[in-house]
Amino acid sequence: MTAPATPAEARRGGAVRDRVLDFSHRHRSISIIGGMTLVTLLLPVLAQAPPFNAFQPFNAWLDGFSNAGTYVLLALGLNIVVGLAGLLDLGYAAFFAFGAYAYAYGASPFSGNDFPFLPMLVVGAVVAATFGVLLGAPTLRLRGDYLAIVTLGFGEIVPIVFLNAEQYTNGTNGIGGVYPPEIAGHEFNILNPWPFYLLMAVILTLTLIIIYRLQDSRLGRAWMAIREDELAAAASGINTVTTKLLAFALGASTAGLAGVYNASKLTVVSPDQFLFQVSFTVLAMIVLGGMGNIWGVAVGAFIIYTLQATFLKQLNVFFAAINFPAFSLGPITIDLKSVNFTEYQFLLYGIALVLMMLLRPEGLFPSARRRRELHTAEEGAEPSPTGLDASGELA
Amino acid sequence: MTTATPATPATPASPRAGEGSFVLDARGITKRFGGLVAVRDVTFQIPDGAIVSLIGPNGAGKTTFFNVIAGLMDPTSGFVTFRGRRMIARPIRAWLEPVLWVLPALLIVVIAAGEFFVSRDQTHLALIIAVALAALAAMFLAAIVRPNWYNRLLHYVGIFRSARPNDMVMAGVGRTFQNIRLFPNMTAMENILVGMHSRLTSTPVDAFLSSGRQRREEVSSRERVRELLALVGLRGRDDELARNLPYGDQRRLELARALASNPVLLLLDEPTAGMNPRETAEMTRLIAKIRNDLAISVLLIEHDMRVVMGISDRITVLDHGERIAEGTPEEVRRDPKVIEAYLGAPAA
Repeated sequence: MTAPATPAEARRGGAVRDRVLDFSHRHRSISIIGGMTLVTLLLPVLAQAPPFNAFQPFNAWLDGFSNAGTYVLLALGLNIVVGLAGLLDLGYAAFFAFGAYAYAYGASPFSGNDFPFLPMLVVGAVVAATFGVLLGAPTLRLRGDYLAIVTLGFGEIVPIVFLNAEQYTNGTNGIGGVYPPEIAGHEFNILNPWPFYLLMAVILTLTLIIIYRLQDSRLGRAWMAIREDELAAAASGINTVTTKLLAFALGASTAGLAGVYNASKLTVVSPDQFLFQVSFTVLAMIVLGGMGNIWGVAVGAFIIYTLQATFLKQLNVFFAAINFPAFSLGPITIDLKSVNFTEYQFLLYGIALVLMMLLRPEGLFPSARRRRELHTAEEGAEPSPTGLDASGELA
Repeated sequence: MTTATPATPATPASPRAGEGSFVLDARGITKRFGGLVAVRDVTFQIPDGAIVSLIGPNGAGKTTFFNVIAGLMDPTSGFVTFRGRRMIARPIRAWLEPVLWVLPALLIVVIAAGEFFVSRDQTHLALIIAVALAALAAMFLAAIVRPNWYNRLLHYVGIFRSARPNDMVMAGVGRTFQNIRLFPNMTAMENILVGMHSRLTSTPVDAFLSSGRQRREEVSSRERVRELLALVGLRGRDDELARNLPYGDQRRLELARALASNPVLLLLDEPTAGMNPRETAEMTRLIAKIRNDLAISVLLIEHDMRVVMGISDRITVLDHGERIAEGTPEEVRRDPKVIEAYLGAPAA
């Protein structure tokens, strides 16, 4: 957006902006549907436009968008737990796994079942939510680092169980030949990415609507209150046990949806799809995207996934195309043309996170609230109201 | 369902008439932290519609006692009855609760193991273990979605758990903190809406569907928030962030948040701490107004003698965790033990 030149223009621009914001605030669901429709239509067009069509063929782009959608879904779910309720969860991939394995048991030659896809989406979400609650319950008294460690452990245990319970999960090989979705008589085909793309758009639209509604509801306020001050929340009548478990359950169910979708798309489910790096990637996505801000997290996850899945993969090709010369640093010679940048994905994540924490800790697209929380100290304007406190008697 | 209905039919404000009818009755409360006895055998009643104060020098155990009443910590002995219901006491058979959870699942697993040894059929084993997990999950769900059923089950088995802070709010006890504990990055409106949480009935499913009930409730609750803000003198400050409010206003906001749950008893922990004389006078008037207009009983912990003497109906004095005096402000003022506790024993 360019800066308006004259005050009159500024007023007009401001008015339009205000009106758009006001509309989107009052008719949020309609705005989400409109926005998602727009994005769904624009992305394929963009993929065929000049700078992007050079990277990879159109079908690969569309397929990549669907995969990015999976990560957006995961990020939205983790954002409920981490961003809204403030519970640091490092084992989020476990719920992704439960959704995927639920679908694999529901529709694959391995189990002999062939349940329809849409009900299985619900089943996957419910299974994941159940495990979300089962994990949440013992961790209710934990906070911060301790909670992170327990969830980390849980996230490690789950893939290992799926790996070692060979009789039931087919171990390392995983469950193959999972049936692709079939909706209203239309069988999805791996060769045609369009149905997957559109299905993901629909799932994301519904999820976004629901999460926005949750955020603005009584439950969303309770999550916010727990994040701000758990003791005060309890003293204000919030059942912290139920509220936290609901955060775990709803976050996990979103991951369950993503798991079912992903299993049906890849047609194979194996334990190595759900390692710690998935949890970490999703967490990095929401931190970079702007923790707590729903659309920020969605956009952040989409951008980061697309960057890593297409951009990094093709970066050496790009350097080859411009014939970037190899250079040497002392004894090492670096030839960017032959570097496989995807191998440095986590290094780049690490650098991005460190830079982000130093320069813009609230993320790329922060919520106003989060920005306030993180910039309290710098402003220094606020005389601590607790300065008079005799001693943290309640702590 | 309007949000403005009190937790229970309000009783008329009659501080003196309620002889023998107590809204809160704490008997023989003792709280021990290791070797330290913070509160020793304190018996304490709050008559219906009265303002009762708890005073004492620093470290007398006021806040500990207060936290016991508010459900924040279980007493070592003694119990608290709130409006005829025993809410807080030392837990009975608390060890049984985890057993209650695990036992059904454990039973199923034992049956599964037995079955396995007979039939050697692994699918059955897996199925039965899945049933055990489902039983556990069902128990969780019952506890979360229908806490009342769960509590009845606990009662039936003979387990007593003290009320948690949120249970006390549900029953009709609102509280504020000595060191203000607002939600600093939420607006005044949101803070009070959180305080109203226990009186709102919309479920997550209502939120999913954005049902009529949910929308009506959101509108009516915001209406009520404005009323509360006006009551405490913060009219029109709805969208102000809690942490940007001046100190005195933060205290009022916290009071409004406590009032949002439509309590019958308000616990105020040093509501005028750190206030200047003018703010203190305003706060005192506000507390009196809350009692008189809303028929809410008030328990006050306070250092400022002028506040306490001015508005209290009864005063209880604690020192070293023990109750050393109880009576009307006049009686307490003359009590030699109180004078000694505050000013030290007269020089011999």
